[in-house]
Amino acid sequence: MPAISVENLTKVFNGLRAVDNISFEVKEGELFGLLGPNGAGKTTTLNMLATLIRPTSGKALISGFDVLKEREEVRRSIGMVFQEPALDNYLTGRENLEFHGIMYGLSRKEAKERVKEALKIVELEEFADKLVQTYSGGMKRRLEIARALVHQPKVLFLDEPTLGLDAQTRRRIWEYIKKLNKEKGVTISLTTHYMEEADFLADRVAIIDFGKIVALDTPENLKNILGGDVISIEVDNWQNAKKVFEKLTWVKKINHENGIFYLQVEKGEEKIPLLIKIDEKEAGFKIKSINLRKPTLEDVFLHFTGKTIREREASQRERFRERAKRHRR
Amino acid sequence: MEINFTAIYILWLREMKRFLRSWSRMVSMLMMPLFFLIFLGFGFKGAFFPGIGYTKDYLHFLVPGVIAMALVSTSTIAGLSVLWDREFGFLKEIMVAPVSRVSIIIGRIVGGITTSIIQAILILIISIGMGFSFLSFPSLLLAILIMVLISSGFIGLGLIFASIIRDIQGFGLITQLIIMPLIFLSGAFFPLKNLPKFLKYLSYLNPLTYGIEGLRRLLIGFSFLPFWLDFIVLLSFSFLSVILGSYLFEKSEI
Repeated sequence: MPAISVENLTKVFNGLRAVDNISFEVKEGELFGLLGPNGAGKTTTLNMLATLIRPTSGKALISGFDVLKEREEVRRSIGMVFQEPALDNYLTGRENLEFHGIMYGLSRKEAKERVKEALKIVELEEFADKLVQTYSGGMKRRLEIARALVHQPKVLFLDEPTLGLDAQTRRRIWEYIKKLNKEKGVTISLTTHYMEEADFLADRVAIIDFGKIVALDTPENLKNILGGDVISIEVDNWQNAKKVFEKLTWVKKINHENGIFYLQVEKGEEKIPLLIKIDEKEAGFKIKSINLRKPTLEDVFLHFTGKTIREREASQRERFRERAKRHRR
Repeated sequence: MEINFTAIYILWLREMKRFLRSWSRMVSMLMMPLFFLIFLGFGFKGAFFPGIGYTKDYLHFLVPGVIAMALVSTSTIAGLSVLWDREFGFLKEIMVAPVSRVSIIIGRIVGGITTSIIQAILILIISIGMGFSFLSFPSLLLAILIMVLISSGFIGLGLIFASIIRDIQGFGLITQLIIMPLIFLSGAFFPLKNLPKFLKYLSYLNPLTYGIEGLRRLLIGFSFLPFWLDFIVLLSFSFLSVILGSYLFEKSEI
């Protein structure tokens, strides 16, 4: 039985298809990533899987339980870490976790033991009896991950687990997530708009854009689809440059954006000298800068959607604003 | 939808811990009723007002009103505190737990009633220090029952407001536009007889009027309205507002 199975799941808000007919399966013990820009529908998907909002149509099973018909069983099987902290600041770290344990039906004794164990995993024992309002952002996130473990869920949902954290803390959270997955065997499904996060953590990644899954595979396979490296090259006259680049037989694909060309090539390090040899006068443009990159998931996203994730976020915001305006009228 | 008593207990315990840890909040909530009690109570000590219909001094007339005033503001805020939990995200943690919404609401209401009654009793103790004397202990216990009804009714009302306004910006508006007029239109500080007809009728639509009347009957042995009427109105008010408040809360998606 798959840990998560999603079939044609759809959510419509005010006529906007926030999640549009998506299907996927997550195997037991897998670390699955939903990657996409803000507003792509990742959180909505997670909230539907966690029974917090009702799907407009479609079906989803968690450990075999239906998110519409068996809500309490689903809730018992999952742990959830929300995008924004969901802690009570007037309680201590330990109290927050014990509250959680008892809400999930543990006895006081059991709750106390499990809380101790969970706090140890995220190395917060020292601060356990301080009020949460004194915690830093990273500590809060760690506390929430610990909390989600107290009732020993089969599936752990993490919504943007490192959003707003500094690089060092992010690394640490990544280590915890990996450890939980590998050592405790917890199935984890996380959303993120950080490419490197999905790349580093996930066994498989679903790329989601405008509520649809546009690609789903291991990060390795996704990057291989691009068939090679990316040379990004900034020029002063892009029309002329485009003509020249299009004639180069070893360029597999050209993307152009904000005066920067992204050329897909094999063995990029050998192609840079060729590009530099292009005669400026004859070609009618100058190279301002040149950069070689091995493909990342960012490129994969660009490949499937024709936009970078940041650009997509901007247009997504516009789309929502436009919607909201129309809706108000 | 089963009722989960451990969940209710832990939700109640959370309210108690929060209450005991935020003294400043409690003090600021009790400030207004205490001002009224102290300044009006001492200021008009021994004064006799027309229409007061009662032989003892103004302080005795005032105390049940001030207790009700404290109950109304603390209870409405207890209901509205859903908004804080929503703002700070904790509501999601509660909503995603495998606990029926009914248990969540009962936990919140029981917690709110407890903290409100504690504050009402604090006011009562202070007023006894100022020279107030209540009828008897059995009638005090009945008065606490009336306080529970007032409190649960206004917690329900708070829940209703919380689901309508949905963000904490509307909070001040509620206290300014709803709670204060309700208190002034309830005969807490003066006999309603003295009001012009139009305002008097309005005050008879105010459930708090009946709460204060009921408290007066039980605490000082005097009221303008019959006690059975007070009781029935209060009971139906708190029943209806709790049902409607719970229904709206249950319907809401995070």
